[in-house]
Amino acid sequence: MSALRVVKSADFDLSAVRKDFPALHQKVHGKQLVYLDNAATTQKPMAVIEALNRFYKFDCSNVHRAVHALSDRATKAYEGARTIVKQFINARSEREIIFVRGATEAINLVMNSFGRPRLKAGGEILISALEHHSNIVPWQLLAEQTGARLVVAPINDAGELILDEFERRLGPQTALVAVAHISNALGTVMPVHEIVQMAHARGVPVLLDGAQGVAHVRVDVQELDCDFYAFSGHKVFGPTGIGILYGRENLLEEMPPYQAGGDMIRSVTFEKTIYNELPYKFEAGTPHIAGAIGLGAALEYVSQVGIDRAAAHEHELLIHGTEMLGAIQGLRLIGTAREKVGVLSFVLDGIHPHDVGTVLDRDGIAVRTGHHCAQPVMDRFGVPATTRASLAFYNSKAEVDALANGIRRVQKLFAT
Amino acid sequence: MNDIEIADLYQELIVDHSRRPRNFGRLERATHQAEGFNPLCGDKVRVYVDLENNIVRDVRFEGDGCAISRASASLMTESIKGKSKAEVEQLFSRFRDLATGTGDTDGAGLGKLAVFSGLRGFPTRVKCATLAWHTLHAALAEKSGLVSTE
Repeated sequence: MSALRVVKSADFDLSAVRKDFPALHQKVHGKQLVYLDNAATTQKPMAVIEALNRFYKFDCSNVHRAVHALSDRATKAYEGARTIVKQFINARSEREIIFVRGATEAINLVMNSFGRPRLKAGGEILISALEHHSNIVPWQLLAEQTGARLVVAPINDAGELILDEFERRLGPQTALVAVAHISNALGTVMPVHEIVQMAHARGVPVLLDGAQGVAHVRVDVQELDCDFYAFSGHKVFGPTGIGILYGRENLLEEMPPYQAGGDMIRSVTFEKTIYNELPYKFEAGTPHIAGAIGLGAALEYVSQVGIDRAAAHEHELLIHGTEMLGAIQGLRLIGTAREKVGVLSFVLDGIHPHDVGTVLDRDGIAVRTGHHCAQPVMDRFGVPATTRASLAFYNSKAEVDALANGIRRVQKLFAT
Repeated sequence: MNDIEIADLYQELIVDHSRRPRNFGRLERATHQAEGFNPLCGDKVRVYVDLENNIVRDVRFEGDGCAISRASASLMTESIKGKSKAEVEQLFSRFRDLATGTGDTDGAGLGKLAVFSGLRGFPTRVKCATLAWHTLHAALAEKSGLVSTE
């Protein structure tokens, strides 16, 4: 991992960080790329690209099986990545770190192995009105199958959870709380400490959907005191197809396997199968070994950049962007929470987001347009879609300025 | 396709029709109608046709969408009035070729619809332009249910 660079200065060195991401240095439609679609996926640093490369070039082998050298190296790298993840989110043990495909699979795992055995007709799953579809649909499915109810805590006009309303919906029927750590559509940071406290006071376990959390704020699962934390590798500078479910060990112990197959068993006879211990009980089949190693490299990279320094830089960008976009007439920012990170979601008077996205793309500016897999959030604000610019720590003020200029060009093009 | 600029897509006629769509609104005496949906962007359109002896006597549309989908629906309604079902289908086929950049792309015989020739440089926007046409096709074929671009 020769590309790893140790940040010695207390200051955030933006130009050095940008050098670590080869994809940022390209032209799109003849213009310098301005990548502002980080909530969808982030670009990858050389450290990650090289980790994947090295695995496939030299260490490619299956894990936990053979006695040969390559398998030993692959197993060590794979389990090493688990330790990195454990340290990154401050879990108590590697047994609490399950490799999955992404946040979606992590939530589905909890839905099947934790939710299903516990939910009875009349039971309730409490979510917020800010959720991504992946933290709505699994619970809806489970509610349908068990006769339970999906209960939704509302948000205010700024896009913040109304905590009193949330608490009011917690009751003896509540079997599980599942909420985002940070909203993908609006960037709202949820009051997760209060949520966990309120839920635990009533004995209700809490799952946090951390898909947007890990790349933007320091995550400490012991300090958060959540019972499950789900995230995807690709949104935190790692590869696609790999993600993490953190679960409290005692809960994971009680839960039946999610998928069945090889690697998740200790012994198999036709009469009886004994499941493997944690975390392997939940990792059936050959895992995404390279992906796990790549995720480990990504988290090491983020640690070396420094998540707090990076977050401070991103916060400055957000303030700058809010000012720049706020100064544009006919632009309405959607999501103005006091606690917010990394997202500038907006609508323009009389101009559809799809057209905004196309014009910006020709300026080399990559943004997301649409409902951001959060249709209920769009409904709440009475818009069919928004244009969303989402930040990562490698973005610059100049890029935010390019966005503001691009928006003005869009307005000019569609001016009456 | 880098030579195709943003101004080639958003030509004046398209911007004008997107801002002031023609034949917009419900058609009470419609003999045929259908609803179209693009799940990728949420665009919705409903097309109403008054067909008599296989000739489009009147056509209107309503819905919400991007500039391309509104302008396309608007220009479509203008182009097909007085045409036979067979002529409409032929026009749709030519329009689709123009939008996707397949076949004859010089826009001959398309009249005002040739203004969409810039679409071939914007493959992600082709469905915006063809949604109204797919919906029209479904209305004329008397297909029930929602037409989807996907």
